[in-house]
Amino acid sequence: MLANIHRLPDYVVRIFRLDDGRPVWMDVRDWMWGFTYWMKLMGETVLIACLGTVTDAIGGFVLCFAASANIAPNRWTRSSARRCLEFCRTVPELVFALLFVQAFGLGPLPGVLAIAIHTAGAPGKPFAEAVENIDMGPVEGATSCGASRIQAIRYAIMPQVASNIAGYALLRFEINVRGAAVMGFVGAGGIGQDLIEAIRKFYYPDVSAMLVLIVLCVTTIDLATERLRHRLLGWEQQR
Amino acid sequence: MKAMRPRAGGLDAPSARSRFPGSFPSPLQSHGVATAVFRALLGILGWGYSIIGVSPMRFLEGIGKLGSIALLMLPPDTGTWSKFLVYLHALAETVAIALLGTLAAAVVAFPVALLASRNVLASRVVHFASRRILDCVRGVDELIWALVWINVVGLGPLAGVLAVATANAGIFGKLFSEAIEASSRGPVEGVLSTGGNDGHALRYGLLPQVVPVLLSQVLYYFESNTRSATIIGIVGAGGIGLHLSEQIRVLEYQHVSAIILMILVAVASIDRLSSGPRLSIVGNRPVART
Repeated sequence: MLANIHRLPDYVVRIFRLDDGRPVWMDVRDWMWGFTYWMKLMGETVLIACLGTVTDAIGGFVLCFAASANIAPNRWTRSSARRCLEFCRTVPELVFALLFVQAFGLGPLPGVLAIAIHTAGAPGKPFAEAVENIDMGPVEGATSCGASRIQAIRYAIMPQVASNIAGYALLRFEINVRGAAVMGFVGAGGIGQDLIEAIRKFYYPDVSAMLVLIVLCVTTIDLATERLRHRLLGWEQQR
Repeated sequence: MKAMRPRAGGLDAPSARSRFPGSFPSPLQSHGVATAVFRALLGILGWGYSIIGVSPMRFLEGIGKLGSIALLMLPPDTGTWSKFLVYLHALAETVAIALLGTLAAAVVAFPVALLASRNVLASRVVHFASRRILDCVRGVDELIWALVWINVVGLGPLAGVLAVATANAGIFGKLFSEAIEASSRGPVEGVLSTGGNDGHALRYGLLPQVVPVLLSQVLYYFESNTRSATIIGIVGAGGIGLHLSEQIRVLEYQHVSAIILMILVAVASIDRLSSGPRLSIVGNRPVART
């Protein structure tokens, strides 16, 4: 069963060779022949991740107030919000993407929605926990002055949780870029469509070119968001 | 009337801020910034949706279709019992892929993590190289690994196991090396000072400290891998994903909802089963940051 496993190194060597047998770094121009096209697709991938994260951050933001024990209007709202979040988290985003492709047609939109739905479930829980850990003093102050629930959330809770939630959203963005890269496998936009085609049709140098672009892009975004998150955490600790 | 009380000890606002940071709002707390950020987010949202060419009409149409799909899904039904058994078998295969993949990843990742941790090996070159390799392995998604492995070993669950193993080896390598770097130097030095060699120091000084942490991480990732292994079948690497994508493509929505339900039940029960030992190993502390 494991007889073919030794072919992995062969495969890796193979994808880093051009069609005429030279290693790819001998002729980078030939290797990266589709650079602008791939970068456009990569941009679309990042855009899918970005839109998915923002859409979900707004959705999850609303849901997390319903799901956290100290803010939710009643128990029924809270437990149904939690079940809903759990369901979204457990079903993988690619399954959502498959279903959405049927409903919305091919293209980036189903990818965005699939990521939004899946991540709304994923950070919903930490969001809710962040809201549960706040200081209730300002909330009581606001309500005692006659603030409505929405106003209390806006002026007493949001300032306390904003940086925390922004940190989570950035972390999710990082994860979503990886997720968005494979959305194209089921026809939901981004670079995945071309990648799976190149892998299936054995366009070896193209595979390595796209993989290198994906890894570079993901790493850059990782580093950037990590720095941002550390700054947010710094603000958090100053409080 | 005095406009201000005399300042205590000549304390002015900037120095007070630096001395008592807890009493001052953090930058994000000032409403101006928060509002600006919120508006910027909305702006990004509008701009992005216009770029990918989404019109409200298309969106509403899609929502309508989604609603009718959801109605078609009810009630969940697999048609015949033999079909149900086929799905059950595929589900078991998925769990097996996750289990074997996680175990293999842990076995492969441990030696690499030793190389990647600063306090085990002093060589900066090895340390740097192994870190970068782990980064690269981690940067590629599990599903892409599955495709690569399918090209190498052919279609089937073996490709799935190998894909889970490779993707997780990258993650484990990082987590393990962080755990190893956080361990205390004392026991290792103790073993060395009583005449133990490096192997003894590793076995009796380091391992007892890190094994509980590593075990809990492995268990945690086993849980999350059962979730992600369900989709590996979509590209043909074994498990229930193949049936799921097939049933979605042939529009058998009742089968789809039945399969999703089975996955939910399986994942929930594995969560239950493994969170018990996990909590008893390390207590209720968060395991993973990623």
